Amino acid sequence: MAVRRAKVKSMGAAQDPALGTAMFAPAALYILLLIGVPFFLAMYYAFSDARIGNTDLHFVGLENFRSILQSPSFRSAVKNSIVFTLASQIIVIICSTILSTALENKFRGRGVIRYLILLPWVAPIALGAIAWKWILDSIYSVITWVLVWLHIFKPYGAPMWLGEPHLAMASVILVHCWRLIPFSTVIMLAGQTAIPREIPEAAAIDGAGFWRTLFQIKIPMMTSIISVAVLFGTIFTFTDMTVVYILTAGGPYDSTQTLPSLAFATGIQGSDLAAGAAISLFLVPVLVVIAYLMLRVAHRAEAT
Amino acid sequence: MPVVETRNLTKVFKEGELGAVNDVNLETREGEFLVFLGPSGSGKTTLLRMIAGLEEPTAGEILIGGRVVNDLSPRERRIAMVFQSYALYPHLTVYKNIAFPLKAQNVKKELHKEKVEWAASLLGIGALLHRKPRELSGGERQRVALARAIVREPSVFLLDEPLSNLDAKLRASAREELELFHRRVGTTTIYVTHDQVEAMAMGDRVVVLDQGVVRQIGTPREVYDEPADTFVATFLGSPPMNLVEMGDFIIGFRPEHFRVAETIRDSPKVAFDLHVQNVEYLGAEYILSGSLAGRRLDGKKVIARLLLGQSFEIGKTHQFAVPEQHLKFFDRSTGKRIEPRTLEWQ
Repeated sequence: MAVRRAKVKSMGAAQDPALGTAMFAPAALYILLLIGVPFFLAMYYAFSDARIGNTDLHFVGLENFRSILQSPSFRSAVKNSIVFTLASQIIVIICSTILSTALENKFRGRGVIRYLILLPWVAPIALGAIAWKWILDSIYSVITWVLVWLHIFKPYGAPMWLGEPHLAMASVILVHCWRLIPFSTVIMLAGQTAIPREIPEAAAIDGAGFWRTLFQIKIPMMTSIISVAVLFGTIFTFTDMTVVYILTAGGPYDSTQTLPSLAFATGIQGSDLAAGAAISLFLVPVLVVIAYLMLRVAHRAEAT
Repeated sequence: MPVVETRNLTKVFKEGELGAVNDVNLETREGEFLVFLGPSGSGKTTLLRMIAGLEEPTAGEILIGGRVVNDLSPRERRIAMVFQSYALYPHLTVYKNIAFPLKAQNVKKELHKEKVEWAASLLGIGALLHRKPRELSGGERQRVALARAIVREPSVFLLDEPLSNLDAKLRASAREELELFHRRVGTTTIYVTHDQVEAMAMGDRVVVLDQGVVRQIGTPREVYDEPADTFVATFLGSPPMNLVEMGDFIIGFRPEHFRVAETIRDSPKVAFDLHVQNVEYLGAEYILSGSLAGRRLDGKKVIARLLLGQSFEIGKTHQFAVPEQHLKFFDRSTGKRIEPRTLEWQ
């Protein structure tokens, strides 16, 4: 009888709705307060005439969206965001595939190199970006100094890395890649260890060389892990403004202004909260699509 | 049909440690089915992987068709291998799996379809060509792996425990299929297994390995009837050969040769008293275990295998005997087989 009662009691505990709610509440609260509230606030502001320092709010309908769509700096920010995201993702995937392939087999010093590669991801982004700002500085740039020393450029004739539109965009992209490559490499390394050792061995016996094994066997077997890396990387890139803000603050002439940095510049620095909120809402559809794709990849990985 | 030869082949994984494969010399014959048999850790798979070119030998030479291939990559050795896990490419269909070696070796594209279909029909998997490996059963995967190996008509087949992932029932039929397959294609085959039944049933010759050393090479009959040492004697046969220590020698006899004394009439025999301790009824036979009784051999554990029709009581002592020609003699210190001699038995 005692045994039976214990059993009934434990089943009762599992079905207790109060306990379930209590366990679930912190997560729900966290999402609601830190993600839900700002998100709905942004939606609310986007349809109003909110400005910093003004407590009066009026509903203005689609007015903010209309004026944003007509502004040339918004259009260039959309273009820049796309260029920034696409270019850095392509570079990151190529580099992290190479790195993870190189780091797959054991060799002396592999542990140290893995550690060094991971450093940019661990270091605070602001510090890294400030270091890069110095490296690319118009007067103190080490890169320029080395190039002058090698007689590739004349003193004072060297390019201004952050001062010319195309060079500035390239610099921002490369610094962002420097930051994302470690993350992506770690994901790819995990993906590679999931390939059984016999598969590349079978390919070698079947007569495939290094490149054929890489492109026809290994990379196809890693597509789901690569898509995880790409989707995460896209989110980190598309929503990121740290690198842009510290290196160029969107300049010169808005040539590196992306959607998040434009939203910040308009909404906070320009004190037009409503317009800033409206700009940031343009990120939502893209992120929704990416979130959907991520869930699909995760589901497919579960199914196989 | 070229043959595979190894000369003093040695593999040491960690310096200073005992080698995984030590000084192995062997030679296949044309079209032969050669089996590497040994317990796990005996070096049989390492030996096979060195022949395949997946593992670099520490010392010694590998020859295929009379040519030293040590420095050749797997693809240049013209061998095909079937892995224990089959190692099918999971993202490719069966057709593309089988066609992969053709593509990798730049066989003309027009020939692919014909060759893939030939290999698939040889293994009876023509209906599965559009499927992915994960949609196949264990037996079907094994056949795809074999088809992928045969499709480029290799000079040597290497098979690494290809049956060990199948369930017991499937294993017997897959074994038979492999034998038929080998008879049909006639390619020199090296087959690695730890299963003595597979080795005896399939091998033209068996290489018995232990701790990286070849203990014996011979036909299944030779390694069973004339074991070279006590390891081979006990590794083959189930239950294993009885070994009884006597002075400087070890005397061996198989359980099936240890019979009731009065049933051995037409040959000279050596008689023992058997104190029966356990009887197992296995349907077609009895397995009797007990100990010998008598002065010099008192208390030695032995096993007898008897056909039905006799009954034994546990705890009783019976007169047993072994025909003299079935007694094997081994040197006690080395374990090696020696010439038969006359002994003072009781």
